[in-house]
Amino acid sequence: FRFPSPIGHISTCPSLIGQCCKTHPGSFQEELVIRPLHSGDIYASFQFRTLWDTDFLQEGQKVSHYRLFPKSLGQVLSKFSVRELHISFTQGFWRTMQWGQPFIPSPPGAELWVWFHDTVSDVDGNWKELTNVLSGIFCASLNFIDLTNTVQPSASFKPLGLGNATDHRFLRYATLPREIVCTENLTPWKKLLPCGSKAGLAVLMKSEKLFHSSFHSQAVHIRPICQQCSSKAWELRQTLNVVFDLHTSGQGKKEWSLFKMFSRTLTEACPLASSSKVYVDITDNPEGELFELSPATPLLGQAVVLGDRRTYSVYDLSRAETFGQLRSFNLLLRWKGDSGDMLRPLLHAERYVAGFGLQTGEIHTVIYNNHPYRAFPVLLMDSVPWYLQLYIHTLTVTSKSRDNKPSYIHYQPAKDRHRPHLLEMLIQLPPHSMTEVTVQFERALLKWTEYTPDPNHGFYVGSSVVSALVPSMVAMRTNFTQDQPLFSSFVPVKEESSYFVRVYTEPLLVNLPTPDFSMPYNVICLTCTVVAVGYGSFYNLLTRTFQVDEPSPPLSKRLANLIRRMRGVPLLT
Amino acid sequence: MAAPLTLLLIVAVTIRAVLFRSSWAELISERVEVVSPLNAWKRVVEGLALLDLGVSPYSGDVFHEVSLSLIHFLFKSILGSDGITAVALYLSIQTYNKNVFRKQKYALESDRYPADCLELLRSPKEMFYIPLKVAMFYLLNPFTILSCVAKSTCGLNNAIIALFILCTLKGSALLSGILLALATYQSIYPLTLFAPALLFFLQRLYIPVNLRRSSFWFFTLQYAFIYVGSLVVITGLSFFLLGSWDFIPSVYGFIFSVPDLTPNIGLFWYFFAEMFEHFRLFFICVFQINVFFYTIPLSIKLKEHPVFLIFMQIAIISIFKSYPTVGDVALYMAFLPAWSHLYRFLRNIFLVSCVLLACSALFPVLWHLWIYAGSANSNFYYAITLLFNFGQILLVSDYFYAYLRREHHLTHGLYLKKKDGTEATLVLK
Repeated sequence: FRFPSPIGHISTCPSLIGQCCKTHPGSFQEELVIRPLHSGDIYASFQFRTLWDTDFLQEGQKVSHYRLFPKSLGQVLSKFSVRELHISFTQGFWRTMQWGQPFIPSPPGAELWVWFHDTVSDVDGNWKELTNVLSGIFCASLNFIDLTNTVQPSASFKPLGLGNATDHRFLRYATLPREIVCTENLTPWKKLLPCGSKAGLAVLMKSEKLFHSSFHSQAVHIRPICQQCSSKAWELRQTLNVVFDLHTSGQGKKEWSLFKMFSRTLTEACPLASSSKVYVDITDNPEGELFELSPATPLLGQAVVLGDRRTYSVYDLSRAETFGQLRSFNLLLRWKGDSGDMLRPLLHAERYVAGFGLQTGEIHTVIYNNHPYRAFPVLLMDSVPWYLQLYIHTLTVTSKSRDNKPSYIHYQPAKDRHRPHLLEMLIQLPPHSMTEVTVQFERALLKWTEYTPDPNHGFYVGSSVVSALVPSMVAMRTNFTQDQPLFSSFVPVKEESSYFVRVYTEPLLVNLPTPDFSMPYNVICLTCTVVAVGYGSFYNLLTRTFQVDEPSPPLSKRLANLIRRMRGVPLLT
Repeated sequence: MAAPLTLLLIVAVTIRAVLFRSSWAELISERVEVVSPLNAWKRVVEGLALLDLGVSPYSGDVFHEVSLSLIHFLFKSILGSDGITAVALYLSIQTYNKNVFRKQKYALESDRYPADCLELLRSPKEMFYIPLKVAMFYLLNPFTILSCVAKSTCGLNNAIIALFILCTLKGSALLSGILLALATYQSIYPLTLFAPALLFFLQRLYIPVNLRRSSFWFFTLQYAFIYVGSLVVITGLSFFLLGSWDFIPSVYGFIFSVPDLTPNIGLFWYFFAEMFEHFRLFFICVFQINVFFYTIPLSIKLKEHPVFLIFMQIAIISIFKSYPTVGDVALYMAFLPAWSHLYRFLRNIFLVSCVLLACSALFPVLWHLWIYAGSANSNFYYAITLLFNFGQILLVSDYFYAYLRREHHLTHGLYLKKKDGTEATLVLK
């Protein structure tokens, strides 16, 4: 990341860093990236990074002094021997074709994936307790995560931090597509920040504006990283991505400001932050002909992110002159001209359910490779609940209307009421093509207690995950430097010619046939009646014999005989 | 009699071939009345596909067939299984008729029948076409045709049971024991056919059914040894085929605990879909005991008539098993021409046939209304299921009544009179 500006380089002196780490173990950085989108919407991405130079999992070292790192998360990590934790809460679906690729992708609803340490003996037990503790920390209903919606992906979710683990027995992945995100989830998330929502960029996070948007996603990512590869450090990244709609939040006017987006302006940087910056993407506006940005800033930055070299205007909030006379910083973007067409994202996926009726159906996943001449492989992961019975012999993968056989298929069939289906495939996508993956399924009839209170709403199937190393137009930086902006350093880059992309498809809503919920007593009575009719007729035929039917005499005669018997007189015939 | 049978086989094969080639085949193989999770062909293909992927077919909940069935060539024989069943039934009913006629002749010669029931006796002329009628009832029954076109493994099960009946009637205890073990191995319920087979052999070998006689126990233990021994051998072979005991909970555990509630023509699915969790185990036990529980009383009552007992047992299994299909119904219905001499004593035959016909027609209609049109709900289909099973129970108990009544008349005379000489009516008391 270079500063081609007269201000000069802000170079980092290694000795300074070393002293910094000894006296204050840890650092905190915050940044906000604003990217205007071609459709007139605006994309704001917050990232807060807390670094902590300590090793939780070392023997005999009990950590009790927490400064920047939140204590609740630290205790969770040490108690459950967690190596990596990634949790996200998303409201809305990221529209790749209109908005491009996000910095941190996330599926609708809640998603949690965790790598446990290999010293853990009972991973399932730890997973269950971890989900319950996290559901308390984030005020979310993560306790609905159990073995029926947890999978162990074998290839799609490799660790993003230190360590090269290959044993996927220590990995657990679960999504709750039905989970709704609201203020109750934002408040505890904000509490995890060192400055809370009192100072720094977090003052902008007001729920009435954040949730009145097309897309809102908040996430927590914890992983161990290599601090100049001399010591191990824990990194906590809290990200919040939000897309404001032109018509809903912007009142149709192509003019965005911090106040319009968040109904607040920035007054000061977080005092505990070592760096606090705001980046505005001006790659499409080199001469200022598309939109006008105020207040003007002399700082410019360039970064290679998502395979593209982008230019940013940088506002450093740790400097007092950013806030100006009024001691308040409000960014203003006013559109002047019409923006052209957006560059098509190289990788894009869609998913839908085909078929009619409540007996069978077909899941279609469509993956688009928009690169003009390069083919690349993608890893598709599908986790389907057990009540949709998949038939793997009906799996077909076609590209350009020809059969495309996947080179690696890992399929774990579902066990009723115990675990879901897991299907992972490595598919080679030909250049400039559309690949369609179809698989048939049958819908099961569940027990009446297994339906949700609104059974006719349908059942959610979590998003498919498409992970790929997409060929990059620009050479990527493989070594991570301290002064790189956070949004470009989230995913470790292993090679220069490609970058890692994860695309989530839509979740599916599938209807299942329902029994009549008002009928349990009636059904028990009626079925037992039919069984009893069978039993009764067989009992009669087995225990009774045929006899000649002698009719019994009428009542009057019987009474007369009774009286005669008492009198001792001969009876009537 | 070979020529009419061959003609019948050709006609049956033609009908099946025509249906198989048409677009109806795909529709039929998806129908829940014809296939169940235990015997659907789609699941067999899925099991084989899982094996290809390197995953055990029993690791999921899709494949519930026994391991030996994974041998591919066994499945090719599904298409010919109907022919095998028909021929086996033809030959067994022929043997049975010869036995019946011989016994009748001895009883006539020893003057055991009362004078007025001569019209109840059966003549060779009337019995001549019965085996052909039985084969026809099986081959041309729409239920069988549907089951065959759907390639359901029920056809294979029916073939094994028919071969077992043939071997029993021919008197070969060894083959009968092995075939019964094979049928039990595929689905557990044919276990109840052990009793009638044993009774038949005892009758044939003139061993009296007396629990105090050593000859009875000697033969029973021999037959039980053959049966249990073959069962153990076959189960062991399945273990060696796939290398694990996974198939036991996946097949037998599945049959007994009924976890899959896919609708079918039986009584289990809706009952356990609406069951309170607290009582689930209790009712599973009750319903499963219900299938096995009629064996001993029926064997005691019908110990002199083991072939009718076989018919009754097969009918009870088809009605009360956990995942019945129309293929199971077709097997016991094939026997009905053998009891055509009971027609005069049947009380409800018209009602029963109307009920069964109407229900068979209504099954697809109400399924469509529930699943595709959305204008009916599950109760409609459930009601037809109840009525169909009720009709079947009435049918079976009606034939049982007629059989017992004929036996009563053969010992006590046909035209019974009351004490005062007027015509009497018979009741069960």
